[in-house]
Amino acid sequence: MGSYLKGFRITFGKMFKGSESGRTVTVPYVKDSGPKRHKPERLHGRHVLNRYEDGMEKCIGCELCAGVCPARCIYVRGADNPPDDPVSPGERYGFVYEINYLRCIHCDLCVEACPTEAITETKLFEFSFTNRQDAIYTKAELVVDDAGLPQQLPWEDWSDMDKVAAHSSAWVRATASSGDASYEGVVAWTGELGFGVKPPELGQTALDPAPLPADDDHDHTEPGGGHH
Amino acid sequence: MIAGDPLFLGHFDWGVLFIVLGKVLVTFGLLLVSVLFMIWFERKLHADMTNRLGPNRAGPFGILQTLADGIKFFFKEDLVPDRADKRMFILAPFLSLVPAFLVFSVIPIGGVFTAEKQGTVNIFGRDTFLQLADPPIGVLLILACSSIAVYGVVLAGWSSGSKYPLIGSVRASAQMVSYESALSLSVVTVVMLSGSLSTHDIVLSQAGEGFGGILPRWNIIATGVVPFIIFVIAGTAELNRPPFDLVEAEQELVGGFHTEYSSIRFAFFFLAEFMNTVTMSAIIVTLFLGGPAGPTFFGPDWMWGPLWFLVKLFLFLFMFVWFRATLPRFRYDQLMDLGWKLLIPLALGWMLLIATLNIAQDEGWNGLVVAAAVAAVGLVAYLMLTGAMRTAERRREAADLEGSSH
Repeated sequence: MGSYLKGFRITFGKMFKGSESGRTVTVPYVKDSGPKRHKPERLHGRHVLNRYEDGMEKCIGCELCAGVCPARCIYVRGADNPPDDPVSPGERYGFVYEINYLRCIHCDLCVEACPTEAITETKLFEFSFTNRQDAIYTKAELVVDDAGLPQQLPWEDWSDMDKVAAHSSAWVRATASSGDASYEGVVAWTGELGFGVKPPELGQTALDPAPLPADDDHDHTEPGGGHH
Repeated sequence: MIAGDPLFLGHFDWGVLFIVLGKVLVTFGLLLVSVLFMIWFERKLHADMTNRLGPNRAGPFGILQTLADGIKFFFKEDLVPDRADKRMFILAPFLSLVPAFLVFSVIPIGGVFTAEKQGTVNIFGRDTFLQLADPPIGVLLILACSSIAVYGVVLAGWSSGSKYPLIGSVRASAQMVSYESALSLSVVTVVMLSGSLSTHDIVLSQAGEGFGGILPRWNIIATGVVPFIIFVIAGTAELNRPPFDLVEAEQELVGGFHTEYSSIRFAFFFLAEFMNTVTMSAIIVTLFLGGPAGPTFFGPDWMWGPLWFLVKLFLFLFMFVWFRATLPRFRYDQLMDLGWKLLIPLALGWMLLIATLNIAQDEGWNGLVVAAAVAAVGLVAYLMLTGAMRTAERRREAADLEGSSH
């Protein structure tokens, strides 16, 4: 009986916001109390398809992202590059690239799977489309502009873009930046076009940048890294 | 004591009709507004008690959230499952909603409860009660309506043609039937003291000078608190509110009896549930806390009745939300144990005790002898009951052992 009454006392005490136990732990979503919340560094937002500095697309149409996607929200078709006007360096490019955001669970497995870092996730998550057509992002909508920034679509809220942009790229992989097994457990940062390189996370500064395998021509430390 | 509403004693004319129509509108409006308030209040207070924010988008402090939800419900797609019994499926929400409305019509919401006025107020030169109807069987009507409301829940679960709703409705019927007896038995003590089934007379009997000049003459004290506690517990179970919400039990049954309901039909159940919470609070206030009766201080005396009523009502609304924020859900066997092994025997025993004391007072029996006899009978009854329970438990265990050895 005593423990029941104790429970009633606890819930009653929580009504008083000034007290320690009554502290509100949830945070208001937006707008009525100043700026938007700080976004966590590893927030998974909507995707972008990255490009190299020379404007070439990174996607090679290999369909690994579509294969790994647990929600089956990615549809990719590859095609041979036209020899006189190649879209991407190499043989093939992503001819069709669609992500259905009614299905995407933002698990980032596509980002992990991508061999060329073509697909990454931004911190943008406020996109409330109102029909299915808008929910399916096409390649034209996903690919970054010449400055390397994602394209703003009419239904996307970018009101804190200046804050988010700094966090929108330089994503981190849980395993290895190039998919190489010898890098497993080493957190390696990658920079893409337009965003620069983010400093390592706490505890990573002491690590020497691991030497890259000789056969890998990716540049993982310079801004706008990748094929040249 | 006036028999029934003095409004109907004279000849019937347009004035009477308009007053009655006005009372219908006010009662209906008050119930709807208090339900809108209750839904918001519950969400906000429950959030406060669990370190959350609660609704805060629609209107100041999110007070228009209920309205927004209501509008949303109207525009949602209304699904009727293929395997549902269509007619029953459509009927069930109304079976829940209509009794919830009816009960509130016999609740006194105001009045001047003094010796001269007898709980009447003067509207346009006519004396009347501030309650929509005062049938001589008011309390029975309340109990009957709460029984009818079970049909809504049971038929909803049965006609859905789906497993979880069926389990929910089976639980609902068992729960409501078992707790209704404890509920009724505790009401009997109040009725015995007041000597009337009319809600107005019950309030009237609680008005005026109280015990020792300090305590109010409320039934909660006159009946010795125990029936009040039983009524609150059984009432919470009747409402299917936490900690007795096995009927809905989101974690086990999705939504219980209303799993298959959507759109406005679901809203009816939702509305009925909160309406029942408000009316149950009003019933507790009427039966045990003197309803709108209370002292008047300044200004017009008719103003204080509704004010006292709303203050007392609010206390119980708060209590129900507090229960929900604090108590974990009962297990099914615990629910049945509490109902049948504790509440019903206790309510029955207390009813007999009050009856004995009443008779002893009327007949002028020796108080000491009565007290000794009551204590002896109570002890014997307690020992017999616990003995019977222990025997039953031992037999069940033996049967279990026998069953498991095969």
